Amino acid sequence: MSARIQDDQRDTDLADAPLDAALRRVWDTPRGVWGALATVDHKVIGRRYIATAFVFLAFGGVLALLMRWQLARPESRVLTPDLYNQIFTVHGTSMMFLFAVPVMEAMAVYLVPLMVGTRNIAFPRLNAFSYWMYLVGGILLWGAFLVDMGPDIGWFAYVPLAGPQYGAGKRVDIWAQMITFTEISALAVAVEIVVTVLKQRAPGMSLDRIPLFVWAMLVTSFIIIMAMPAVMVASTALILDRLVGTHFFNPAEGGDVLLWQHLFWFFGHPEVYIIFLPAVGMISSILPTFVRRPIFGYLPLVLAMVSVGILSFGLWVHHMFTTGLPRLGESFFTASSMAIALPSGIQIFCWLATIWYGRPVYRTPFLFILAFFFTFIMGGMTGVMVASVPLDTQLHDSYFVVAHFHYVLVGGAVFPLLGGVYYWFPKFTGRMMSERVGKWVAGLLFAAFNFTFFPMHVLGLLGMPRRVYTYQLDMGWGGLNLFVSLSAVVLAAGFLLFFYDAVRSARHGEPAGDNPWGAATLEWATASPPPSYNFARLPVVRSANPLWEDDGVLPVAGGLRVDRRELLVTTVGGALPEARESSPRPTIWPLWSALATTALLLGSILTPWAVVWGAVPVTIALIGWFWPGGRKEEES
Amino acid sequence: MRTRPLPSLALLLLCGGCAGWQSALDPQGPSAQALGQLLHGFVLVLAAIWLAVLVVLAVALRRRSRATPQAADRHAGIAVGTACVATVLVITGLTLASYVTTRVISAGAEAPLVVRVRALQWWWEVTYPGEAGPDVVTANEIRIPAGRPVRIELSAADVIHSFWVPNLAGKQDLIPGRDNVLTLTARRPGQYRGQCAEFCGMQHAHMAFMVIAEPPEAFAAWRAAQQADSAAPAGAEEAFGRQVFEQKPCGACHTVRGTEARGTNGPDLTHLASRATLAAGMLPMTRGALAAWIADPQTIKPGNNMPMVPLTPAELQAVSAWLATLR
Amino acid sequence: MDRVGGWKDGVVLAVVLPALVLLGGCRLEDRETRPDPPVAQALGQVALMPNGIGGSPPEVYAALGRPYRESAFHLSQGKRLYEWFGCQACHADGQGGSGPSLIDGWWNYGPDLPTLYTTIHDGRPGGMPAFRDRMTRDQIWQLAAYVQAMGAYTGSLAAPGRSDRPQTRPAENRLPAASAPLR
Repeated sequence: MSARIQDDQRDTDLADAPLDAALRRVWDTPRGVWGALATVDHKVIGRRYIATAFVFLAFGGVLALLMRWQLARPESRVLTPDLYNQIFTVHGTSMMFLFAVPVMEAMAVYLVPLMVGTRNIAFPRLNAFSYWMYLVGGILLWGAFLVDMGPDIGWFAYVPLAGPQYGAGKRVDIWAQMITFTEISALAVAVEIVVTVLKQRAPGMSLDRIPLFVWAMLVTSFIIIMAMPAVMVASTALILDRLVGTHFFNPAEGGDVLLWQHLFWFFGHPEVYIIFLPAVGMISSILPTFVRRPIFGYLPLVLAMVSVGILSFGLWVHHMFTTGLPRLGESFFTASSMAIALPSGIQIFCWLATIWYGRPVYRTPFLFILAFFFTFIMGGMTGVMVASVPLDTQLHDSYFVVAHFHYVLVGGAVFPLLGGVYYWFPKFTGRMMSERVGKWVAGLLFAAFNFTFFPMHVLGLLGMPRRVYTYQLDMGWGGLNLFVSLSAVVLAAGFLLFFYDAVRSARHGEPAGDNPWGAATLEWATASPPPSYNFARLPVVRSANPLWEDDGVLPVAGGLRVDRRELLVTTVGGALPEARESSPRPTIWPLWSALATTALLLGSILTPWAVVWGAVPVTIALIGWFWPGGRKEEES
Repeated sequence: MRTRPLPSLALLLLCGGCAGWQSALDPQGPSAQALGQLLHGFVLVLAAIWLAVLVVLAVALRRRSRATPQAADRHAGIAVGTACVATVLVITGLTLASYVTTRVISAGAEAPLVVRVRALQWWWEVTYPGEAGPDVVTANEIRIPAGRPVRIELSAADVIHSFWVPNLAGKQDLIPGRDNVLTLTARRPGQYRGQCAEFCGMQHAHMAFMVIAEPPEAFAAWRAAQQADSAAPAGAEEAFGRQVFEQKPCGACHTVRGTEARGTNGPDLTHLASRATLAAGMLPMTRGALAAWIADPQTIKPGNNMPMVPLTPAELQAVSAWLATLR
Repeated sequence: MDRVGGWKDGVVLAVVLPALVLLGGCRLEDRETRPDPPVAQALGQVALMPNGIGGSPPEVYAALGRPYRESAFHLSQGKRLYEWFGCQACHADGQGGSGPSLIDGWWNYGPDLPTLYTTIHDGRPGGMPAFRDRMTRDQIWQLAAYVQAMGAYTGSLAAPGRSDRPQTRPAENRLPAASAPLR
């Protein structure tokens, strides 16, 4: 600490210890409540995001158990139909909008800046804002549910049931505004990721050296940016229909009921890939570490992800095969839905080839990947079935579809995510999760998941429709449903064990080094957990697996100032250094902006005039946020 | 890794022989038959692929590669390329199979019987446009002659519903502002259950109906009987029941042709007792079930649009006795 | 080393805040579809002034928490009953026809709920039929509350939105309907 920090001092002038002290002085989040509310550190926000998303997963799981309790016996009266409808709506909405999408983005918020070797995410204040918006959206949905105002129209909110005439009260308005909250936060994160990946990569990390998880998040972010506006348009039109009396969805006045479905599924199908592609990225990042060889087919994998991203916008009609659209159009969408099997297949084949030529190490993250193979491929196969127009007329809206998308979403996204949590937990906390408990968790979840959801395929073929709060004794579905409900309890126990392991290991886990798995990517090149400034000296990348080349010794770049937050901007293609840019300091304004936006959006449920009055505090908060600081922003 | 392909497969095979009165696995008409064949074809092909991938995975986990990185990449490239070509071939084949099945199902039918079905929260209104004589209006039950194609014209009165009789055909949505059509044929006489498949509100779970296929002569007789007005009360209790029905709120929503009751908000009850079920497939058509339903519809089917009308025990007895005679 | 913040914040915020809502709230949008028979019976005990205008609701109404006027569910049921029981034949969508307008702010027998209930229950001279034999008591309460909401000067949070039909006036939650230009 003896070295005084002068103006415009560069990191190249300092030895390691004084450099650490200097960087901590400018990058550390201040302690105390103000620090917690004002932080713009992507790691703190990322951790918060992940923890919140897992809380919503647990809440959604409790709802699932309630539903299974009700469905365990025919004509059961555990829940009233009204409550059951709220429960399945809040379960679906919560899992999609409050868990699956945010948790993937949260992992990216934490990991992407580390993986590309930069000091903070792009637009850190926007990042803070996005978390607050997400949190408020979640509280809105769950708070409303707890006071019997939960939406009861399904997570898809089809009009006219969700429209002004049949959706009485404020339940649907709450759903629609909750969508707005989570979409704003998702869009914000997507923009941050795109810019971080394109402009803040470590020197030398050209496009063909980007870790595959980062590629996946880049593609995902573009999907978010293009898909989410559709559902924001839809939910806004719905609110207008309900509150102001417009006629977007009223056939009697020239509106169209199916317009809602088109808009919703134009978002809703890409949504599946918004959840699945990050998982593809996680597998591609985890797999090489545990088979001890570089991934096979980097380029095909990237191209497959990009083409999945593009194709995902051409499939939405397969959610509407029974609405009576023209046959030729339906056949086109059958073909396009089946076509996406090809890039998905390429991913699977490349991973298989990687395993084929590797030497697997059976640690918990790898077990989750094996569970992924078993379940996700089955989900993909049933996906081919529902993509066929004629077959879909039998399968659509039956329990077969419930089974299908749980296989895809849990098998395809949650298993890799849990594998990812086991894999990156040492990076997040500096401690390992228990390998012994982890094997139990993986085994329990895998077995219980299949016992819970496989019979649902059969139930669907036996004619059981979705979203029914009960069924009659003489339908003969009782036995399978009871089996499913019992398995669901075991599944819940598996998740409980996972949460226990995570909480316990965070405090008492075995301390992990910087790179406990011997992995190849940049996030493992810094301490666990990483210091607030991520990298004392920015790494220079010379291959796709930097820590596996040159005996793991990374060359570093210097020249950044240490008296203020500064990071390096590089070119899009070759990641050549372009400029030094200052990164914002902690500030409370994103929180005020989020609260002002909340007032506006909640007020607009009650009166349209809130859009006018509510704009004033939002404007004030934004002016505070963007008040020029009088500092020079970037230098070449 | 413990894979369990065997139990899963066994389950699948086990239910291959499943029959049921609301099951896609027990096709009873040409449309469902074609779909059933397609289903079996898809399941066989896809299960084989799934198994093959898992076998490859299992082998990949067991073997120890000694190939040089260059050789490994070359071999893997060839293998992945071959697998991609195979994928393309399979999905092309499955797409064509789907297309052909669609053609078969949607081929026009000769001289179909036309039935209009209107879906409401939470029941089905069924109308037979008069071929000779007045329209026949009934609810939650579609009688059809076995062997003859039936053209079902679907419309929705309030929200979106979906018409699904898995034993006979795939589902088709009923959408406000749109007219959809579904053609189905029952090969044999029998009772097939159908149910609303699109979430439609509080009682979505209890929005079922029966399709009853009969020999053509029996169907013609049924149709003629349905065109008649309701039967005159047989005894004093029935006559009192009819009087209660007309004077209490019942008649404000229900029609019983031949009486003062001409309401149109609820199902037509002119020949209520000729139907197999009550309350959209919920209860069997017995006098006891009728009494229970009238006494407390909101406990049996919470949220449905039939209110609990206060009746004395004698009135309840009489009304249910009378309704049970409306064959 | 950075302090490992964030985990606890995320959990605490997501758990505690909804829990606070639970503590502060109650069942805000209950959908009572089945009044207990004695309650339904007692709902008929409306006391009117001798001239048939103005009165007090039954005691049970207050005990129920005055549900009909403030519950979006009951109001939407009232809106359905307005169509089901043919009110439009005389009152159109509220503008009136052979019967008086319901949205012009003028109430022949007073605007309070017990009076509206009695008007529908017993009918009024000049063509308003009695609905006591065609509807149950709680249905009449629902309908009366809806009619009152339709003719109110300000929209309420519980008032229904527009119908999925051709529109002839602004929706009940966009009041006052009377001053708006009709099509």
